[in-house]
Amino acid sequence: MAVRAQFENSNEVGVFSCLTNAYAIVAVGGSENFYSVFESELQDVIPICHATIAGTRIVGRLVVGNRKGLLVPTTTTDQELQHLRNTLPDSVKIQRIEERLSALGNVICCNDHVAIVHPDLERETEEIIADVLGVEVFRQTVADNVLTGSYMALSNSGGIVHPKTSIRDQDELSSLLQVPLVAGSVNRGSAVVGAGMVVNDWLAITGLDTTATELSVVESVFRLGEMAPGGAGAAGVNKDSIVESFY
Amino acid sequence: MSMDLDAPVYLQQQEQVAATILCCNCGAPIDGTVAAGALCTDCIRLSVDVTQGIQREATLHCCKDCERWLQPPTSWVVAALESKELLALCLRRLKGLNKVRIIDASFIWTEPHSRRIRMKITIQQEAFVGTIVQQQFEVEFVVASQQCPDCQKSFTPNTWRASVQVRQKVPHKRTFLYLEQVILKHGAHSETVNIKEAPNGLDFYFSARNSAEKMVEFLHSIVPCTSKKSEELISMDIHTSSRSFKFSFSIEIIPICKDDLVAMPLKLARSLGNISPLTLCHRVGNSVNLIDPQTLQTCEVPTAIYWRNPFKNLADITELREFIVMDIESTGKSNGRYLLSEVTVARASDLGRNDVTYFTRSHLGNVIHVGDSVLGYHLTGANYNNDEFTAIEESHQYGSRIPDVVLVKKHYTRSKKSKRNWRLKRMAREYEEEATAPVVNVPTTKKQEQEQARMEQDYEMFLRDVEEDQELRQTLDLYKVRQQQAQDHQMEMDEEDDEDEEDGLEGGHAVPKINMDDLLEDFDELNMGE
Repeated sequence: MAVRAQFENSNEVGVFSCLTNAYAIVAVGGSENFYSVFESELQDVIPICHATIAGTRIVGRLVVGNRKGLLVPTTTTDQELQHLRNTLPDSVKIQRIEERLSALGNVICCNDHVAIVHPDLERETEEIIADVLGVEVFRQTVADNVLTGSYMALSNSGGIVHPKTSIRDQDELSSLLQVPLVAGSVNRGSAVVGAGMVVNDWLAITGLDTTATELSVVESVFRLGEMAPGGAGAAGVNKDSIVESFY
Repeated sequence: MSMDLDAPVYLQQQEQVAATILCCNCGAPIDGTVAAGALCTDCIRLSVDVTQGIQREATLHCCKDCERWLQPPTSWVVAALESKELLALCLRRLKGLNKVRIIDASFIWTEPHSRRIRMKITIQQEAFVGTIVQQQFEVEFVVASQQCPDCQKSFTPNTWRASVQVRQKVPHKRTFLYLEQVILKHGAHSETVNIKEAPNGLDFYFSARNSAEKMVEFLHSIVPCTSKKSEELISMDIHTSSRSFKFSFSIEIIPICKDDLVAMPLKLARSLGNISPLTLCHRVGNSVNLIDPQTLQTCEVPTAIYWRNPFKNLADITELREFIVMDIESTGKSNGRYLLSEVTVARASDLGRNDVTYFTRSHLGNVIHVGDSVLGYHLTGANYNNDEFTAIEESHQYGSRIPDVVLVKKHYTRSKKSKRNWRLKRMAREYEEEATAPVVNVPTTKKQEQEQARMEQDYEMFLRDVEEDQELRQTLDLYKVRQQQAQDHQMEMDEEDDEDEEDGLEGGHAVPKINMDDLLEDFDELNMGE
């Protein structure tokens, strides 16, 4: 299912929230409207965490995570980290990373199996990503943009990339990720799809400006119509085997 | 082997670009790698308006009288309807057009009486990064009429603030013709509002007093003259006690010209180095220079001294008679370029009738030879009505020393239609009196016809003076005759040269010619005229 939402008049919902199959993190806003959109879709399914990172609201750009783990930048305070640990399920490993490129959401794009990261990321960070998130890590660019997290939205069943990505690049990325990819836009033609939306295996939340065409593209590539919240695990198992057989 | 011209031409098929994204607005499949902002071209065209902020209506100001267009802030330009100039003017009037790139602009025809000008403009502008949108639109201009300052001035009388009235009370216009050339050479007339011809002189009108005073100073440095200033109160504001005046400068030029015979008052002659009072004016500059042809004694009459006791000339060049030199003998006395000679002459009109000859002394010893024809004043038998001359006749000292003839200059015979390879510029003037109506018009009355003939004669005399007088020529700007005219002349000149040569053999006095190298090219008029 795909819904439209707005965070305090901003369409860039991916900036102010982070959504995975096991939890969601939402920025603390002036009003609870944005939070209630998440709540209405995800209540009683996964925990939703009201949080700030380093005192800012741009949590979606600063953290990156999947079903298995969550990475936060060094700027995160101990208190915030403690709050996250308290709120998120115990199965989720939370790790603070010493990385120069501290907006982890911008430089890392991952689902539960694979991560596409900024080519300049440190070697140690790459290892931590692989350990904590339990993914294969690939250094790649999206349509010649190094900010993979900004220009790509990814779930276990599909992905959407920058509209200027060529067919060849899409094929290459798709073969790395083992999921179907399309080029597309959100928020009425915005190319920053990673920041313009959040997605997991059964839910996508996009900006309020997203057109019906864009929303239908999102729904079809992430296969949101077919998937129920319960089906997430099955898909995950499925994918695990595919990736293993590939290597 | 014949070529098969009708064979089909296989064009290389362009690489088919795959559609990678859907247009975010309409869902049409497009190639995302080239599309702008995930919009298809149709959606861009519908949603983007690059002509925003460009005026669709504007006003042009046109002067009804001279049909010039106002180019803000103050200039007025000539431009025909649907001309390039007008197009540039219109485009400059539109606000917001400087931010876009103009691809094309053209007029849409409108009826001139509608006072509307319609234009079609095509512009380009970048809508998104890397996306240029081209759009066409129409603009309508309303033509409003506004009188330009020049026309305002010409329709308002009394726009001048100061006038300079130059007068010389002589029957000919030689001085003014000379003055005209000097003024042209120095551009002294550039600040005049108007130049009018008046009886015995010229009026110069100025919009400011300073300009008039400049002109007065200029005239003082060129000609011997006296000036008087007067002012007329036009209006006064009693609250601020500010007044506006009209100033008139009256300039009177000494009525003695070059080659005039002058009889000075005896007292003045005594004070000027005891010169003989019957003298010839040989040069007029800042002051009048006189020469006694009997002794070659010269004197200069300062302008201030002259106006203390003004006197008129005894005879002017219209009274010159032609004489033939019968005999000449140098006395050996010289003064500058003058050589004193004893000359025996006979009236040219007397030749073949009687044998009357006159003996005189002349300053032209360097110039004239036996058989030459010279011009001079014939004093015997002349009856001058002049107090100073009477005084000379009655004086013991000078009465017996009055010569029969005073020779003035050498005479050159010219063919009637004298063609010149040089010309002078003229000033545009207005004619105040009806009697001196414009020369360009066909003369209607007998009086006008006479006036015109006299003008032409004066001008011809002046041109001859310029030809004969090296010193005079140096103060003027002479121009080459234009190409076309020159060609016409060339043929006639050749014929004339033959005649001249014959004349030269017979008489030994060829008409002086001006060297081509001394003449100026007339650039600005070439541009203007053709």
